[in-house]
Amino acid sequence: MEISARQPLPATKKNHPAGGVRTADPFFRMLVMATGIGVLVVLGAIIGVMAVGGWKAFAVFGPEFLISAVWNPVTQHFGAAAPVFGTIVSSAMALVVAVPLAFGTAFWLAALAPPAAAAFIGMAVQLLAAVPSIIFGMWGFFVVVPLVAHYVQPTARHLFGHVPGLSALVAGAPFGTGLFTASLILAIMITPSITAVMRDVFVSMPTVLRESAYGLGATRWEVMRNVVLPWSRQGVIGAVVLGMGRAMGETMAVTFVIGDSNHIGWSLFAPANTIASLIALEFPESAAGSLKLASLMALGAILMAISFLTLWFSRWLLARGQKAAGD
Amino acid sequence: MSVEVQTETVAAEQTVTVAETEKDARPIALQVRDLNFYYGKSHALHDISLNFPERSVTGMIGPSGCGKSTLLRVLNRMYDLYPGQKATGEVIFDGQNILATGVDLNVLRSRIGMVFQKPTPFPMSIYDNIAFGIRLHERVSRSEMDGRVEDALRRVALWSEVQDRLSSSATAMSGGQQQRLCIARTIAVRPEVILLDEPTSALDPVSTARIEELLDELKTEFTIAIVTHNMQQAARCADQVAFFYMGKLIEVDSTARMFTTPREQQTQDYITGRFG
Amino acid sequence: MATSRSLLRSDRSASLLLRRKITDRMATGLSWLAMLIVVCVLGSILWTLVKNGLAGLSINLFTHSMAAPGQNGGLANAIMGSLLQTGLAILLGTPAGLLTGIYLAEYGANNVLARTVRFVSDMLLSAPSILIGLFIYMVLVAPLGHFSGYAGSLALAILAMPIVVRTTEDMLYLVPVAMREAGIALGAPKWRVILFICLRAARGGILTGVLLAVARVAGETAPLLFTSLGNSEWSVDMNRPMASLPVAIYQYAGSAYQDWMQQAWTGALLVTLGVLVINIVVRVGTRGGRT
Repeated sequence: MEISARQPLPATKKNHPAGGVRTADPFFRMLVMATGIGVLVVLGAIIGVMAVGGWKAFAVFGPEFLISAVWNPVTQHFGAAAPVFGTIVSSAMALVVAVPLAFGTAFWLAALAPPAAAAFIGMAVQLLAAVPSIIFGMWGFFVVVPLVAHYVQPTARHLFGHVPGLSALVAGAPFGTGLFTASLILAIMITPSITAVMRDVFVSMPTVLRESAYGLGATRWEVMRNVVLPWSRQGVIGAVVLGMGRAMGETMAVTFVIGDSNHIGWSLFAPANTIASLIALEFPESAAGSLKLASLMALGAILMAISFLTLWFSRWLLARGQKAAGD
Repeated sequence: MSVEVQTETVAAEQTVTVAETEKDARPIALQVRDLNFYYGKSHALHDISLNFPERSVTGMIGPSGCGKSTLLRVLNRMYDLYPGQKATGEVIFDGQNILATGVDLNVLRSRIGMVFQKPTPFPMSIYDNIAFGIRLHERVSRSEMDGRVEDALRRVALWSEVQDRLSSSATAMSGGQQQRLCIARTIAVRPEVILLDEPTSALDPVSTARIEELLDELKTEFTIAIVTHNMQQAARCADQVAFFYMGKLIEVDSTARMFTTPREQQTQDYITGRFG
Repeated sequence: MATSRSLLRSDRSASLLLRRKITDRMATGLSWLAMLIVVCVLGSILWTLVKNGLAGLSINLFTHSMAAPGQNGGLANAIMGSLLQTGLAILLGTPAGLLTGIYLAEYGANNVLARTVRFVSDMLLSAPSILIGLFIYMVLVAPLGHFSGYAGSLALAILAMPIVVRTTEDMLYLVPVAMREAGIALGAPKWRVILFICLRAARGGILTGVLLAVARVAGETAPLLFTSLGNSEWSVDMNRPMASLPVAIYQYAGSAYQDWMQQAWTGALLVTLGVLVINIVVRVGTRGGRT
């Protein structure tokens, strides 16, 4: 189906009769092909610029750049570990919240919703995905941060503050900004896109398969749990990884609420930084050609590598899931 | 042609009396009374009344879109999955009207099983495909489950073919095997009625023949309703045949009489291949 | 249940059935809860914006440029800057996206180059936008020695292009083969068939993609931070640093001044309304169409 659709016209003949009006054809073909290659060039240039710009940091600090948690502009010592830690931890925590939320919403949209409501709520989910990230940042800063500072963290400290092993996770002053809040905002931002992909995967399951499961007397949850989920496993994982890729690259929303601190610690509520937020916050204060700028570029290269790997992985999973569905 | 029909009528009349006494002797498993069905505003079934005698095969025939599959989907309330579809009238099963609100659909469907046009193996192992339905409705031990799975697979003559690869994926089987697996999955739940919606239309002739043989054995235990496009299949497998046309039940009778002396002109036109 | 007699057969376990029902109720209940949370978050965001932003909505906002706190400034230059940069980004990104989409749908068949281009375009679609800003800074701003509206537009164009690529390709696949064949049968060359028949047939869908690209880039902040930088004065010179609504919101929201805060909220309300209205129009217009 897909393959046949991809070949809408017979392949262009190599020896096209070059007569009259047809002379423009090869030119047009070259034009669109060149534009396509231009897309490759853009990505290649982005990778090249990041690598070249960040080279100095690797040259000065060596492999230690990757594992050093120091970020000190005064002593001119920079390491990637703290923002990389912040990026990975905040994205992972975001997934912990976003995946159940997205799965529940997708389950509702695909199996429980009355059709009219499904269209309406589906639209709401799409709109949430379209809200600019800076708006999530402001909303997070002015609405979520006070809630976390006044209620969530004090409650968490009250509950777990004296439990050995857990107390470190909730330690620190209740600023409201920090890893936890950033993860929460990220979770809300990536939930709509994960929901949309999951819903599409769920509803693409053949109707007869769903009906046979119901035909055996299964409940809606049993159909979802035992038939739909196994059937759409790869697509679901692909959706989750896609959401993680988004979360890792997100800048503005995180910058508002993460607290700007280059510190690695146990506390989930402690201020931190992600690669993207550190770049946004410190880049304007970096002189051209400085070691700090080179370090930020190197961080950019790392972020690019991480996010492209996850995106590539998710595309691969989704494509495999689609192929399996086509069989 | 007309002469032939007339001569056959005499012979048929004798068999009819046998069939009728037989039919009367059997209790009714499912009784459809004044059923009307609507897809939104479109009126798909008109005043259907039809009895499904216990432990016999009822064949449902008619041209595409005549409502035979729709009727099948009413009998286990599959239509409930789709808002906007509505049935009025009564379907009596085990003394209750299953169209009433408040009927437990999970229980109903465990007692009225369904097999679809295309094989629908679940994305799990052969063993789990069978065990899935059993686990839904019964608490059984591991060894008991092994026995139930084996029994179900034996009854569809699949056991010898798959006993060495029970844990491999069901989707890797051939189409005919998959369809027999789906029948095994349905009977493993131990329903009383089995609904089959053109179960052989996606299969090759050899697989089709095996499924038809299977039906003959299954009817000793289950009440079977089968929708088919294939007139020979209905003639071979069914004890009684119902002919549908444009959402109406035109005629229902014993198979022998239906194919020899149909009362209605439309039925005769259809079974002699003049339309449909 | 309301029936007089349960259909449950005596050989079946009633307690198992009850447990299944409870599990089902719990799972579907949690599903409802998840959906309600998502809807409530959207509601909370919109309510916060309206509550805080509506008060600052005045003519002044659209007629005055940004000014120091207490100077009765507006957001006119930021609004203008956003319009100009978004407009130029779309002007640059749309043709590039169109041609690439045409290449993928009409010429690439499924060869290695086309698959690579498609893959890379999808990568760009989800690439961290701040890296695009960083990239433009390095190749344009640093060598030229100054921030500019052009640099900001270019960064946004790189973000807009993949969206147009995706929709163009998808929409061209929907054009019936018969329509192309009819064009070719008339003796029209392939490029004419594509540009004047296929694109015309697909123009509604492609317009959808362009509008979604507008909605996407109009709210972007990160790629503008290091490219057009922001500018507190009225300026329509794209060769100089240029203000934009998102960047102005970012600057004002982090400030301690009451009137700047107010304008940040009002600006946020404007941006969000604009983006959401475009999305609603597109999605209602295409009935369930997706990006």
